[in-house]
This record gives sequence, structure tokens and C-alpha cells, in this order.
Amino acid sequence: MSDSVDPMNPTEPLGQIQKPATAIPSMAQVSRERKPAASTVLQKIRTSQPRASRIPDAVFRVIIVLSAVSVFAIVVLVAWELIDKSRLSLHQFGIGFFYGHDWDPVNGSFGAMPFIYGTLVSSFLALLLAVPLSLGVAVYITEMCPQRLRAIISFLVELLAAIPSVIYGLWGIFVLAPLLREYVEPFLARTLGWTGFFSGPMYGLGMLAAGIIMAIMVVPIIASITREVLTAVPQNQREAVLALGATRWEMIRMGVLRNARIGIVGGIILGLGRALGETMAVTMVIGNRPEVAKSLFAPGYTMASVIANEFSEATGDLYLSALVEIGLALFLVTLIVNALARLLVWSITRGSPGRTHA
Amino acid sequence: MPNPAHNSATHELGWLRRAADHLATGFAGLAAILVIVPLLAIFAYLVIKGVGSINIAFLTQTPKPPGEAGGGMANAIVGTGLILAVSSLIGVPMGIGSGIYLAEYGRNRFGDLVRFTADVLNGVPSIVIGIAVYSLVVVPQKHFSAFSGGVALGIMMIPTVARATEEMLLMVPNVVREAAYGLGIPKWRTTLSISLRTASAGVITGCMLAFARVAGETAPLLFTAFGNQFWNLKLNQPTAALSLQVFTYAISPYDDWHKQAWAGALILIVLIVAAVAAVRITTSRGMMKGA
Amino acid sequence: MGVGIEVRGLNAWYGKNQSLNSIDMTVAANHVTAVIGPSGCGKSTYVRCLNRMHETIPEARAEGSVKVGEMDVYGSGSDPVEVRRRIGMVFQKPNPFPTMSIYDNVAAGLKLNGFRNRKQMNELVERSLKLAALWEEVKDYLHKKSGASLSGGQQQRLCIARALAVEPEVLLMDEPASALDPISTSKIEELIFQLKQHYTVVIVTHNMQQAARVAEFTAFFLMGSLIEYDKTEKIFTTPADKRTEDYITGRFG
Repeated sequence: MSDSVDPMNPTEPLGQIQKPATAIPSMAQVSRERKPAASTVLQKIRTSQPRASRIPDAVFRVIIVLSAVSVFAIVVLVAWELIDKSRLSLHQFGIGFFYGHDWDPVNGSFGAMPFIYGTLVSSFLALLLAVPLSLGVAVYITEMCPQRLRAIISFLVELLAAIPSVIYGLWGIFVLAPLLREYVEPFLARTLGWTGFFSGPMYGLGMLAAGIIMAIMVVPIIASITREVLTAVPQNQREAVLALGATRWEMIRMGVLRNARIGIVGGIILGLGRALGETMAVTMVIGNRPEVAKSLFAPGYTMASVIANEFSEATGDLYLSALVEIGLALFLVTLIVNALARLLVWSITRGSPGRTHA
Repeated sequence: MPNPAHNSATHELGWLRRAADHLATGFAGLAAILVIVPLLAIFAYLVIKGVGSINIAFLTQTPKPPGEAGGGMANAIVGTGLILAVSSLIGVPMGIGSGIYLAEYGRNRFGDLVRFTADVLNGVPSIVIGIAVYSLVVVPQKHFSAFSGGVALGIMMIPTVARATEEMLLMVPNVVREAAYGLGIPKWRTTLSISLRTASAGVITGCMLAFARVAGETAPLLFTAFGNQFWNLKLNQPTAALSLQVFTYAISPYDDWHKQAWAGALILIVLIVAAVAAVRITTSRGMMKGA
Repeated sequence: MGVGIEVRGLNAWYGKNQSLNSIDMTVAANHVTAVIGPSGCGKSTYVRCLNRMHETIPEARAEGSVKVGEMDVYGSGSDPVEVRRRIGMVFQKPNPFPTMSIYDNVAAGLKLNGFRNRKQMNELVERSLKLAALWEEVKDYLHKKSGASLSGGQQQRLCIARALAVEPEVLLMDEPASALDPISTSKIEELIFQLKQHYTVVIVTHNMQQAARVAEFTAFFLMGSLIEYDKTEKIFTTPADKRTEDYITGRFG
């Protein structure tokens, strides 16, 4: 029989406590000893692991680091290819490429101004339409919507982002353009034709159609970022405004929108970035004529569209190089715009995603 | 002592303020309607115009020469599947790998750089990716191919998958990892079998979202996969894709092709909505275990 | 001058859970009344019902009669916006508007109510800041510093100034000093003492010593009901109800 006391059948009265083998340290002693930091504990565990697992760990780490490095490498490669393949055109036309009006593949003279104009105007128009709509939707969902509707409406708005560009283009050609041609453009010509923005032949396809389609495509982006920053505004700001005696709109204006405005601007810039790079839907409805025209009814041509339409048929190195140079310009512009947007949005919401483990 | 006689400085709630409140509510509600109407219209048209042209012939035949009625998009459907398979094989592992790096090894300056780079990649217009892949893959191979299309789309998948993986892994509490280390489980196995498994629902969501996004892409395929009127199952030949086919048919002058464009678009949107819906279902069914 | 508050049969719910049971209470004008009780007893809910802030929470509602002076807060013609203008509120965590200057913070309520006259606004801002014992410290930075750049105690006094600027009749304070350090706390308590000359103050506090220091009347809440309401000295020295005594002596809460 062992010497240990069986707790179920104590032969000794339970009052007798076994003396511990080592002395219990006093409180003073315990507080004097510093607890080792978690990292040294981990280090000890790691170094005490059998050598067999050190190699797989190292191999794993290499694989993982390689994946990360290759992301970096891909972007560098993309940038490099763009620069390299546009060298010919850069050399030939220099800075004049960007304000040359003439896009003449036959005679080998390439000026990108019509496309820059088209991209800027269509994007600007898209933002003009999308920003009020997006802000309205975002405010509606976060501040005004009855609880039950909230999930449905936000899902529907996000679904807009899931529709591929080519389907927007398809709908644009066969539904929107006829609508514009039959009803909207005549109406605009009658009422606002004097401004010069709504004049000329009405094809339906053109800058106006492109702007409208792009607006629809950009709304979900701006709306979702706006929703995020609006929700991030602390509740006590809303209460502070209400407690002063404010209507709901005043509360939204002063307590929510005001606090979120930096993030909202970030969302708008992000939407701009998307609009600038938008290709298929625009190509299908903008008419694809490299002209600079004041009227929104006129067809136009964007940087992305000209690449989409002409790249696979480009004959000659200079032609191809000119198109790649347009691609390079697009790359740089969207790079800057997106970086700016991210900076603004993250300064409001949460900084980089989770700097520490939970 | 100042005497705060009430109502000296302020007045009864003006009708203007009340009107502004109602107006703002009305405008916001109107905005919501104006945004949802095109969505519903697009879906409605897709169904109305597309359903009629979806039949066995459409699903099993290849396109007929222009002008001839009939034919289908079978090769495009299969082609899309082929290209998406390649892109997933490229995008998912690299995305998850990068995500693991960012969460587990990359809490440093280089990690910041990779994160920034992934964001940059996310914002690059898809047509520019197409140009780069054309130059990097198509030109050396001297032909368009399903493979190059897959590469282009795969590259586009990486940022979405990486970000989802990173975020989900960061949500796994550190104590779980430490418990594994304490049991003597090496880091590589902890990361894969424990952290990643805990985060799996969110990671899968990220993959499906990336998939849904690239499934509809057309621009990068214009000069990589290029399209094909005939069957192709080889990775190194030009391949048809649904999105490409819809584009080509839509801008063509043939009425029959227009109808088929709607049908192809309908199939494409069903594919995408299925992926998005699958995402919603998995996320709403009690997200992550163990977090 | 402040006005009295008459509460009769006030009930409040969060969704299906009743958080206030038929409260009857008369708050004396130009005095400080403290509302004490353990966590979850309904003291914050009670105070938020007085200025109709309670109902801003989804699924929350209140019923009963609350009369502030002649204003029937829950009456059929009553407008919550007007109620909240006439009853000021200061919150537990100071919440100045971070995007606005000190001046704009104080003037925020005035601008909302359509105030345009610059000169009068300047006077009101100055007066409010003086009432809140903040004027001397910020008078040189009114337009230069933002509301959020002040220390915690100063922020809370800024919030008090902001609430006072719209000339309420009653000032509700929901644990106004619990997020502050001891020095700021004593400044706030001093302030409350001064304010009662012009306003009726109702202060929620979990700190019984604070209630004893600043309030003339104290109400003890427990589980949504008003257990005892009397002069502060009476509550703290010879409470009538055993539950009050248990709370005061620290047996629970």
C-alpha cells in the first residue's frame, strides 16, 4: 500500500495537511522575480523543440516568404513591362504625346489628348452623379432605414458591385442607350440645350451614357466606404448633438457627416480610381470616336477603351508602344489616386488591418 | 449674475428646420430607390431577354459563323471554367501564402510594403494587367492561350485572397497559437492545421469573392485568352470565355448574336450570384469556429 | 431660473424588458438632486427619459407623465427636439465635437437653433464658458484650438458650457465626473454647486460621497424602482428603507 493519503478513505483526520516539499515563497519574493516575457518563453519552447521540426519550419517559412515576395515581384514586373514596352513611343513623342490631338495609326502619329479628355470627362460626370446618390444611400442605410430593411438594401447595393462590367455594357447598349436617345436626350436638349452640353445629334451612345453607366458602377464602392466611416462615428457624438435639441437631419449633418468627412472624401477618391480604369462598359457605350467635344451627347473615347479596341489589332511596334504608353499613364494615375484614397480612409477607420493578434 | 431667461436667444422649432429634416429623409430614400432600380432593371432584362435563348443547343453547341442562326456558347462556358481553374490554381495559393506571411511573419516594414503592394495590385485597371501578361506570357509563347488568361485573372485574385486570409488569421487569438507551441507543435503545422483551419470560413469567403470578381472580367482576356469560335481544351491555345463572347456578340450587328449575348450574360450572372450567395450563406451560418 | 420636474407613473422598456417601474418623483427647482443606485438599477435610464433621449435607442420606449415646469414632455403635442433643447444633458464620457473649435463647440447648439447674430453669439459663448468655469483657461484659444485638444476635465466643462449655451431650464448629468481624475472631479463638483443657482440639476452618480457632497436631495433606485427619495442627509444618516441602508453601507453594489 502506498503511503499517500487516500482522500476517499482518509485514515488520518483531514485536518492534517501534507507539508509541501519546498518552502512556499513569500509574497515579497514572488513580486521580486520578474515574469519572463512571452517572447522568451516562446523562444525557449522553439529552441527546445527537436531538430526534426526545424527544417520543415524553415522550408515553410521560405515558401511563405516567397509568396509574399512574388506579389511584390508581380507589381514590379507589371510596372517594368509597361515602361519597357512604351519606351519606343516615349522616345518618339516625348511629353507631347499627352497633348497631341491626333490619333492617326495610318500615318504613325499618336497623340493621346482625346483619350485623356474622354477619361477625365466621363469619370467626372460619373462622380457628379454617383457622389450624391452614394452619400444618400449610405446615410439612408446607416441612419434612417428601419432595422428590418437594412440588411436587404445593403445587400442589394453590394450586389451592384458584383455585376461584371461587360453586363453593364450589354444593358447599356440595348436598354440605356435607346432610353437616352428616345426620351432623356431630347428632354435635355429642349431644356438645357442652350448650355452647349446637350446639343448635337442624339445617338444614345456617347459620353452621357458612359457617365451614367460608370456612375452606377461606382456607387457601391463609395457607398460601402461611406457606410463604414459613418458607422465608425461613435454613438456619443450623435447623442451629443441630439441632446442640444436637433432634428435627425441636423444630428446627421453635425454629428456624423462632419466627423466622417475625411473618410468620405477617401471613398470618393477610391470611386474615382475605379472609374478611371473602367474598360468594358465604357467601351460598349461611349461610341469610340477620338474627338474632343463639348456636348455630352457626342461620342468619345477613353484611355482604357482605345487599348481594349485597338491593342490586338495594332500593327507595327510604334502603334503598340503608343498603346502601352497609354496603359502606363493609366497605371500611374490609378496608382496615385488609389494610394491617396487608402491613406484617407484608413486614417479614419482603423489604421492598417489589425497590427496585433487578437 | 446672468439670468438665463429661456427662449431669449432661441425660438420655437422653425418650420424650415422641420422641412429640411423631411427633405433630407426624402432625398436619402430617393437615392436608395434610384440606386436599386438599375440593379433590378438589369436583372430583369437579363432574365427576360436571356432566358428565351437558353436551350440545349445554346448549352452544347459552338458558335455558328456570323449571320447564320443558331449555335451556342458551349465552348465559352467550358473555356471560362478552364480559365477560372487556372486562375484559381495561381491566385488562391499565392494569395493565401501572402496572407499567411502578412499575418504570421510580416509584422514589420517589409510586411507593410507587401501589404501596400497588394493594395496597389488591387487598384490596377484590369486592362493594364492584360497588357502586362500579354507582354510577359503571350509574346514569348507566341500565341494567345487559356493559360495566359488564367495568369491574368489569377494575378487579380491575389490581393482579395491575401487580405481576407490576413484579416481572418489576425482574428485567431494568440492564446490558441501559444497553446499549440506549448504542446510542441511546430510553427508550420500550427499555422496550417490550427490557425488556418480556425480562419478557414473567412478565407474561403475571400477566395469565393475573388472568384466571383474575376469570373466576369473581360478586359484582361482580350489579349491573353483572346477567344475562340471553336472548342478548345488545351491550355496553350486561345480559348473562348463567356465574358469575351458576350462582349463580341453584343457589339456585333447580328440580332441573333444579341439574343445569345443576353443568354450568355444570364449564365455568367448566375455563376457569379451563386458564388456571392454561397459567401453570404457561409458567413451568416455562425462565422468562425474557435475565434 | 430653473424649474421643477414632476414625474408620475414613468415606465420604460428596452424591447421587452421593463427597466423602470412606475416612477413617481418631484424634483425641486434650483436644487441638485442625485440619483444613486447599483449598476443596472435604472438610474441612467430614468434621467434619459426626462429629456426623451431614451427613445433614441432602437426598440426602447417610455410611457408616463413628465412635466418640466409647464412643459409636458410626453404630451401629445410635444416635440422631442424642443424638449431636448430645453433640458440640457452632459454625458459620462466627455464628447466635444472634435472637428470644431472651442468656440464652435459651445455655439453648436445656438447655430442649430438658427442663431445668426455674431455679437450676441459671442456674448452667449463667453457667458456659457464662464458659467462652466472654463473661460479663463480657453479665452485666448477660442477659435484656434479644437474641442478635442483639451484635457479630460476641460472637455467635460466644455460640454457643460455647450449644454448651457442654449439656455436650458434643467441640466441632467449622467455620471459627469466618473471618467475624470480627482482634481477635475472636484472642479466639476464645485461647478455643480454654482450652477444650481440658475438651473435645476439632476445628477446620476455611482459615487455616494459625491452625492453627499453636491446634492441636496437624493433618490435611491433599485431594479427599476424608486426605493427612497429624501433629503440627502436623511438618506445617508437615517435611511427609511432597509435596502437603502444596505446600499449605503456597502453591503451590495
